Amino acid sequence: MSLGNTLKSSIGAKVLMAVTGILLILFVIGHMLGNLQVFLGPEKLNSYAQTLQDLGPLLWVIRIGLLAILLLHIYAAITVVKMSKAARPVDYQQRKDLATSFAARTMLVSGLLLVVFIVFHILHFTVGAIDLAGSTGFETEDGHKDVYSMVVVGFQHMPTTAIYILGMLILCLHLSHGVSSLMQTLGFRNASNASTIDKVGPAFGVFIFVGNVSMPLAAITGIIS
Amino acid sequence: MKITLHVWRQKDANSQGGMKPYEVDGVSKDMSFLEMLDMLNEQLIVQGKEPIAFDHDCREGICGTCSLMINGVAHGPDGSTTTCQLHMRSFKDGDAIHIEPWRSRAFPVVRDLVVDRSSFDRIIQAGGYISINAGNAQDANNLPIAKHSSDLSMDAAACIGCGACVASCPNGSAMLFVAAKIGHLAHVPQGQPERAKRARNMVAQMDAEGFGACSNHYECEAVCPKDIPVNFISEMNKDFMKASLCGDS
Amino acid sequence: MAFQLDSKIPEGPLKDKWTEHLFNMKLVNPANKRKFRIIVIGSGLAGGAAAASLGELGYNVDCFCFQDSSRRAHSIAAQGGINAAKNYPNDGDSVRRLFYDTIKGGDYRSREANVYRLAEVANSIIDQCVAQGVPFAREYGGLLDNRSFGGAQVSRTFYARGQTGQQLLIGAYQSLQRQVAKGSVDMHVRTEMLDLVKVDGHAKGIIVRDLVSGEIRRHAADAVLICSGGYGNVFYLSTNAMGSNVTAAMRAFKRGAGFANPCFTQIHPTCIPVSSEHQSKLTLMSESLRNDGRVWVPKKAGDDRAPRDIPEGERDYYLERRYPSFGNLVPRDVASRAAKERCDAGFGVGSTKLAVYLDFSDAINRLGEDVIRARYGNLFQMYEKITAENPYKTPMRIYPAVHYTMGGLWVDYNLQTTVPGLFALGEANFSDHGANRLGASALMQGLADGYFVAPYTVGNYLAEHGCMNADEKVTTDHAAFDEVEKEVRDRLDRLMAIQGERSVDSFHKELGLIMWDNCGMGRTKEGLQKALKEIPKLREEFWKNVRIPGDATSFNPELEKAARVADFLEFGEIMCHDALDREESCGGHFREEHQTAEGEAMRHDDEFAYAAVWEYMGEGKAPEMSKEILEFENVKLTTRSYK
Repeated sequence: MSLGNTLKSSIGAKVLMAVTGILLILFVIGHMLGNLQVFLGPEKLNSYAQTLQDLGPLLWVIRIGLLAILLLHIYAAITVVKMSKAARPVDYQQRKDLATSFAARTMLVSGLLLVVFIVFHILHFTVGAIDLAGSTGFETEDGHKDVYSMVVVGFQHMPTTAIYILGMLILCLHLSHGVSSLMQTLGFRNASNASTIDKVGPAFGVFIFVGNVSMPLAAITGIIS
Repeated sequence: MKITLHVWRQKDANSQGGMKPYEVDGVSKDMSFLEMLDMLNEQLIVQGKEPIAFDHDCREGICGTCSLMINGVAHGPDGSTTTCQLHMRSFKDGDAIHIEPWRSRAFPVVRDLVVDRSSFDRIIQAGGYISINAGNAQDANNLPIAKHSSDLSMDAAACIGCGACVASCPNGSAMLFVAAKIGHLAHVPQGQPERAKRARNMVAQMDAEGFGACSNHYECEAVCPKDIPVNFISEMNKDFMKASLCGDS
Repeated sequence: MAFQLDSKIPEGPLKDKWTEHLFNMKLVNPANKRKFRIIVIGSGLAGGAAAASLGELGYNVDCFCFQDSSRRAHSIAAQGGINAAKNYPNDGDSVRRLFYDTIKGGDYRSREANVYRLAEVANSIIDQCVAQGVPFAREYGGLLDNRSFGGAQVSRTFYARGQTGQQLLIGAYQSLQRQVAKGSVDMHVRTEMLDLVKVDGHAKGIIVRDLVSGEIRRHAADAVLICSGGYGNVFYLSTNAMGSNVTAAMRAFKRGAGFANPCFTQIHPTCIPVSSEHQSKLTLMSESLRNDGRVWVPKKAGDDRAPRDIPEGERDYYLERRYPSFGNLVPRDVASRAAKERCDAGFGVGSTKLAVYLDFSDAINRLGEDVIRARYGNLFQMYEKITAENPYKTPMRIYPAVHYTMGGLWVDYNLQTTVPGLFALGEANFSDHGANRLGASALMQGLADGYFVAPYTVGNYLAEHGCMNADEKVTTDHAAFDEVEKEVRDRLDRLMAIQGERSVDSFHKELGLIMWDNCGMGRTKEGLQKALKEIPKLREEFWKNVRIPGDATSFNPELEKAARVADFLEFGEIMCHDALDREESCGGHFREEHQTAEGEAMRHDDEFAYAAVWEYMGEGKAPEMSKEILEFENVKLTTRSYK
């Protein structure tokens, strides 16, 4: 079977989803750890931001790579959803769920909302096209972007913070199914680790949620300023 | 007990179907669910009406013929049970029970609650066997198999091919059925020579039949009358990817 | 016009017969095999194995089953195991001993040569099944485990939890599906054989009904194999599947195939008792349970205390008392009769008083609940689902129920019936179990016939009689097909035209009661004569007053049932004739007039050491019986004793 056909198969699509999911998760972890430097003070965060800026063309490679991974992730989702919709042309009048979770049932919705959130996030912090709190345009003394001020000012703005907390809730939901699910999909789940694996997803989701939400909360409560 | 049934009636594969209500009186708690339907059919026949067609045969939970979505749950509310093993003591006087056929593109309705599951046979034809002709075997004990592996193989081999996994899956996926067969043969040494080919071909046939993809809801495991765990799906995924990427070796 | 019964038993010493026969049989060369088409009715252990094996050899096979898949044949419900004389436990087993146990277990009413062959090929079955991937139970060392079954003092039963039949059938099913994929077997599911077509005396085809479309179709072939199982459903309530029927065998009978020993039916001792009048079927609890379960009733008749409240001293472990050396593991016929005897004498338990206890408390105390769960977990679970009682805590209630039919189409050593080209395999034939089948022998026989006997003997027939020239072959255009198809259509039309007032099931239930009361566990001349009056009356009413809704040209389960019940209504009569004729008790056939002072079965070997082969004499005429005298050269006929 060619790779293309494999990826279009029911299991291939799931594996593509899982593998791109892992890459996106790595990005989410890296992104969070990088940003958590906000707690180490302005210098640390700004120099981290500058390091990223200084990557130059490489930064664009990473960005395009990330976008490609995201698109593949979405493509896999479309494949799965299309197969599944076609598989039951006449729906039940009644069907009860016994085992699945809210997170699993809403993967499609949470995924779509995350796309919206990501677009918002990029327009907000990266491009600066959306600026609800007047947080763009800060510069450090040596004329670089003052990301630290941007973050703090941005998150001191209640509606912005609310949007981010909501976004992270959705991310947490998506990850809580996605992380456990990818382990099953990639063949790691067995009788002895099944219950652990089923808990890893929700735990990881909460971990990312807490980590990411700590920043806006710190800003709004004045822990960082 | 008096029970109200809402049953899917459909003349044949090409007709439109719909839910029809029926009152059944005099149901006893010791009756099996299918005996309750027998009783209703008996009444319908005497009244000159068409009895409700449903699949059943062994009535002891092993042949895999019986089906039915009962109040939205494949094989009814009891768990680890086929419809034929379900008894009316699981219901109360005055209950309303909704009965629908398995719904899947790959299981077209034949009549009423009867569906055509020949897609499962075609999946087995794609590789759910060990290629050995009668007469070729060596002495059975020349091939010791660790009890643990043999037990795992048996866990998967317990599948009765009823299709509840497909019926209950929000995606209409047949992964648990296919994984059970692949798992049965993957855990014994006899199954190794064809292992990769089997996984690849059976999954391809499953897709060709029009079953859905798996999103790891695990509804299949929850309704499986033989409690086949979804871990076998995980193993199948691995076998399939290995076979697809590395070929038959 | 009695049958000329030639059993075609090969010459020579018992142990060389099969080997010699294999050498003497004619072969079909590989290139010629594809010129032959073979019809197989049924896809259970016998049919599935035969269809797969014949396909592997290169024949073209058409396999038919009424179920929606060949995986669902009722062989799947066999629980306990399959016998073979591997002697892996080193407890003194041998082919000779398996042969001897089976002949003795069958109460000396089977053919020595067939039984010996069965014992001989049994080992190959285990090898074959393991090679197919059947997950038999194993020891920690990785080797196969054995357990004990009734009627044997060695452990020779291979098993796969409580689902041995399922696993063996899945093995055969997988082999069959492999042949379907290769194109050598055409599988026709939801298709029922309604008649046999003979041309110049040879079986040349069948008429079938497509159960989904209602279409009547013709299939021509060079040989026809009937592997359609037993006729236990003549009793309505049995452990058989709802669809199990006698139609294929009955149609063959009406076309000239002899039917042997129809009265030999096996009543299995350990089934879940009947609980209500709406009961549609009985569920078996595997005989293997008697390895660890002890059967008892209270010593006091009518004792209503809960079983756990009855002290040890007030319990009657009647099997252990009557049969100390075999104890709870006496053969099925003996255990069933002993249960009936206790219940008839007023010692029965449960609300209907038609039950005895099967108690596991000793074994649980000795081995722990976990061991018992590992051995019988699925059976205990099945019991609990049906009765809502927990057998780990309270003893099971069990009662005998119709389970297996030893009688069947008469076949010679080649499994060929009295109709040339028509073969019968598995439970559908009469050959190997005599008057009583031992536990774990049905699976053995079905697979032996399918994998290791029919593939050779059918080839021998084709080599002798088969027509290889395509232009000279009988096709479905032959006038014989026109004629038989018309009869089939007329019969269905007649059934549909009745439009009476009673459902098919009501007739079936009534027939079942007549059979159970008069031709069940205990039979008397009087009762059988009564049944022979009642059955024709019921049949007459059936043909006047049955109501079949729907039409014959679409999916119609009621019509399917009606056609089957119509055949049972004729068949029941033949059974009673046979039971009446056999003035002795042997195995599953217990004539109350013929018992010892202790209530044991009394055989009359001087008069009845034969297979009774019934012949259809035409509509409305009583069937006639021919005898195949059974010669015993290798075993001495003794009174079976399990004491």
